[in-house]
Amino acid sequence: MYGLINRAIQSFVCTTYGQPCWLRVTEAAGLGIAEFEAMLLYDDAVTAQVLDALCADLNRQRAEILEDLGTYLVSHPNMEDLRRLLRFGGVTYVEFLHSLDDLSDRARLAVSDLRLPMLELREVSPAEYHLYCYPGLPGYSSVMVGVLRAIADDYGALAMLSHEGQSGDAEVITIVLIESSFAEGRHFDLGARKS
Amino acid sequence: MMQTTELSALLDTLCPMFVMVDDQGRIVNAGPTLQKLRPGHPMRGRDFLDVFELVRPRTVTTIAGLLSLAGGKVHLKFHDEPRTALTGLIAPLPKGNGAIINLSFGISILDAVRDYALTSADFSGTDLAIELLYLVEAKTAAMEASRSLNLRLQGAMLAAEEQAVTDMLTGLKNRRAMDVVLGHLISGNSVFALMHLDLDFFKSVNDRLGHAAGDFVLQQAARIMEEETRNEDTVARIGGDEFVIIFKGLVDESVLSDIAGRLISRLCQPMMFQGAQCKISASIGTALSTQFGTPDAAELLNAADQALYEAKRQGRSRHCLYSALAASGRKPASWQ
Repeated sequence: MYGLINRAIQSFVCTTYGQPCWLRVTEAAGLGIAEFEAMLLYDDAVTAQVLDALCADLNRQRAEILEDLGTYLVSHPNMEDLRRLLRFGGVTYVEFLHSLDDLSDRARLAVSDLRLPMLELREVSPAEYHLYCYPGLPGYSSVMVGVLRAIADDYGALAMLSHEGQSGDAEVITIVLIESSFAEGRHFDLGARKS
Repeated sequence: MMQTTELSALLDTLCPMFVMVDDQGRIVNAGPTLQKLRPGHPMRGRDFLDVFELVRPRTVTTIAGLLSLAGGKVHLKFHDEPRTALTGLIAPLPKGNGAIINLSFGISILDAVRDYALTSADFSGTDLAIELLYLVEAKTAAMEASRSLNLRLQGAMLAAEEQAVTDMLTGLKNRRAMDVVLGHLISGNSVFALMHLDLDFFKSVNDRLGHAAGDFVLQQAARIMEEETRNEDTVARIGGDEFVIIFKGLVDESVLSDIAGRLISRLCQPMMFQGAQCKISASIGTALSTQFGTPDAAELLNAADQALYEAKRQGRSRHCLYSALAASGRKPASWQ
């Protein structure tokens, strides 16, 4: 598993629940380390161990925690770089949804050996979309629900999201767009650069 | 034939940074994105060369010359600030009616989006500008993550080197380890002998046969020293071809001289490296902790050093005891 993913979990836990929680979790998971390096590779089992320990520590469902992680990835100032990269997907929320088909390729463009699962958007009507999340990363669809919810806010769109369950080997997320320009949304300046 | 206005409308969509010029080089129309770069200063009606400066090809200075570059690429700059660089492609209109010049930011895209607050809507749907911007940001973020990892790894490496006690090449102890052993022995009031061994002619092997041969010789020499000493002795490589051997509990000069003799005779035997003969030898100086009232590491090392110097002076491949030196009253005080 790419360290980026583990590192994202670490950042989310430390920011949301505090450093002591993270130390308890890594201790309970028996990792022997408390810090993940974003650009190193780790065994897949490590991520599962961390998530199991986190669920136990917080006494919450894994899917719920992963949705919160998805929201964190888009909405927290720590993750501004990632939000910007996602916003390159489109000018509107609907355009962004359509760009999800390319998300794994885009990720690979940034980090050549980062493999994210395939996503496929199917338009049911202009106001309803189904996102098929193919296997490869357990819990990815839960994270995506959080991401899609937060980025809808980012675009100022009002959308309802639900995890529909399984269809073949894919997990399906339903996105019902109630209003595409419900609120102002957050500004996206193409030329913004970090100081 | 399509009307100029129809053509312009088409170009607005396909290449929003186009300029249409007439046969005199006057701007007939400019695409919306290009016009956005100079708000409040309509380009229409102005001379192309008044708005843009031709940077390359340098030989072209007139509008006639420019229009003759059909299919050619030109490099331009705005005359006024910000002097954004642009590249252009020239396509002449039929019947000598001027030309369409399609402009693009090229590499200046990063500054341009910031300077002019451009948005996705300013680029045509097939333009790779947005993908390029995405890529730059994505790669910058990935590079930063890698760089911070590199810095941390470098820090860890330096710390590890700092703590290392092994000479990587020979597997012997290094200078730091020797200092520690010496310190322990002295603070524990142990008696011991300190042998300073220097390889003779090592430099010539290195120069003549290369570093690989030199490394091989050092490894062989290290092996010999380990074989000729006991497990409780400390063999350290403290410099390029310098070694120190510490014999714990051994202060019998005749035994030490025997060991030194064996070391020298074995080190003198030619070693074969990739078919080439490497001949070295060794000089050794030995001092005893018991020769000093309150032994001090630097003092002992210096004593062994002086004995080594004497051994070299006597013609190399020799062993010299510090006691002999002291007895003869010859103490080269100027030595180091």
